[in-house]
Amino acid sequence: MITFDLGSTPVRELNQHLHSAVTDPVHVANPGGRHAIAVGATDAHTVTVDGNVGYYCAGMNAEATVKINGHAGPGLAENMMSGTVHVTGNASQYCAATARGGLVIIDGDASSRCGISMKGVDIVVKGNVGHMSAFMAQKGALVVCGDAGDALGDSIYEATLFVAGSVASLGTDCEEKAMDDEALALLQRLLQQSGATTSAADFKRYGSARKLYHFNVDNASSY
Amino acid sequence: MRIYNLYARTGQTFYMCGIIGLFAKSDAVMQHLGRHMADMLAQMGERGPDSAGIAIYNDPLAGSEANKLTLQHDEPDRLTEVTRLASAQFPECDIAVHGSHCVIAARASTEELQVWAQTHCADVRIMSVGERIQIFKEKGHPADFAARYQLQQFQGSHALAHTRMATESAITTSHSHPFSTGRDLCLVHNGSLSNHNRLREQLQKNGIRFQTDNDSEVAAGYLTWRLQCGDTLQQALNAAIRDLDGFYTFAIGTRNGFAVLRDPIACKPAVLAETADWVAMSSEFRAIAQLPGAENARVWEPEPGRIYTWEGDNTSGMAA
Repeated sequence: MITFDLGSTPVRELNQHLHSAVTDPVHVANPGGRHAIAVGATDAHTVTVDGNVGYYCAGMNAEATVKINGHAGPGLAENMMSGTVHVTGNASQYCAATARGGLVIIDGDASSRCGISMKGVDIVVKGNVGHMSAFMAQKGALVVCGDAGDALGDSIYEATLFVAGSVASLGTDCEEKAMDDEALALLQRLLQQSGATTSAADFKRYGSARKLYHFNVDNASSY
Repeated sequence: MRIYNLYARTGQTFYMCGIIGLFAKSDAVMQHLGRHMADMLAQMGERGPDSAGIAIYNDPLAGSEANKLTLQHDEPDRLTEVTRLASAQFPECDIAVHGSHCVIAARASTEELQVWAQTHCADVRIMSVGERIQIFKEKGHPADFAARYQLQQFQGSHALAHTRMATESAITTSHSHPFSTGRDLCLVHNGSLSNHNRLREQLQKNGIRFQTDNDSEVAAGYLTWRLQCGDTLQQALNAAIRDLDGFYTFAIGTRNGFAVLRDPIACKPAVLAETADWVAMSSEFRAIAQLPGAENARVWEPEPGRIYTWEGDNTSGMAA
């Protein structure tokens, strides 16, 4: 176990360690809402952060497992490539934006724009998500055990969205889809991996209506 | 076909600025309010290195019709002259000089104080007027501001502060926040308004006066106008959601507390936290992390388009 006390050690030292191949478990104390904690890990590190983190925690993560015992600020796990990021509290805006792979687990709520432009990541939010979540989502899955805010999946290309609670409104070109066997298996796997207790039977599935793929003058007002 | 401006919708706009607010619920926090604000302000320096400002609310003078007038002038000699004039005009007044500002606490109505300032020292800026408020603001780095104004020495019931990264108008003391919005009221803003020129013209027709071309001052003027029309603060803020176009997180200081409002799109960040001893708001948690007991505080993000208020007699607990 290697401990980085961010009350006395610069964040850069932590991140430089995570760019090395030394994968002993890492404990991060006194994060104090600092930015860019545990960014750019390139190997199978195991990082535990005790406290709240600021902007861009675990960005570009590859292979590492990062657990935050607290809340996360904007841009959590942005552009994550693989690995797992788990927040026991809430996550702020644009969590897992543009992320290409791996699994993000939020035990609390995620605020607006969760999974914006997601490109292959799987996200499980055990609470609610805010407005414009999965905006322009391209690939991957977003599982919301609570409610979703306005304009869910606006301008979605491809990605699979599951919501157990209410959806305030669907965005342009997002529609409810049938829960087929393949989708159900994906949902059950993600619920199991994330430790979520909501029953798969409670979820509805949403995805792209694919009407924005090609220009149609009749839709001009939607663009 | 997708022609969205992704950045406009992601919230990753490039306009920064930092806001902090602290409402004391215990005597210990009231006694050290200035030190806590200085600690929080230091964390927001990177979000707004151009200028800083603070509104501090503390005890009124004893007796009826006692009020505070905060004046600002860049020339120390002129400021000294102003304090001499005030002493002659208002017997038994208390005058304190802080940096380029002076606070005149006198047994006079806010109208009397304002008329006196406008008549006898029209060249000085009126920063604030009210029973409990005083506003200090200055261009320059927030850390320098906190040191120059010795913020750690201030006691008070609550305070708001701002660090500015200028995006749409000049870097001057006048363009800095907080902006006074009336008796014991002030506004700090993170964001940018897009309809401020048209709105400023309309407000000027209704008698609201502006010192700068700043967009945030228009938001302050708007609230002043609504309150003059008889709105409650809640009604004025609801009207602001309708009439102000742009990005904003506002914090509004009132005589007994403060309010927080984010626009319905909520691009600009805001965090709220509460313990038994205090309520705090900030653009980022790292400012709140400086407060005693922050590690065990209830922390949450204010919802878009929802008005949050804390007001109360700090000596007898808080009324939400």
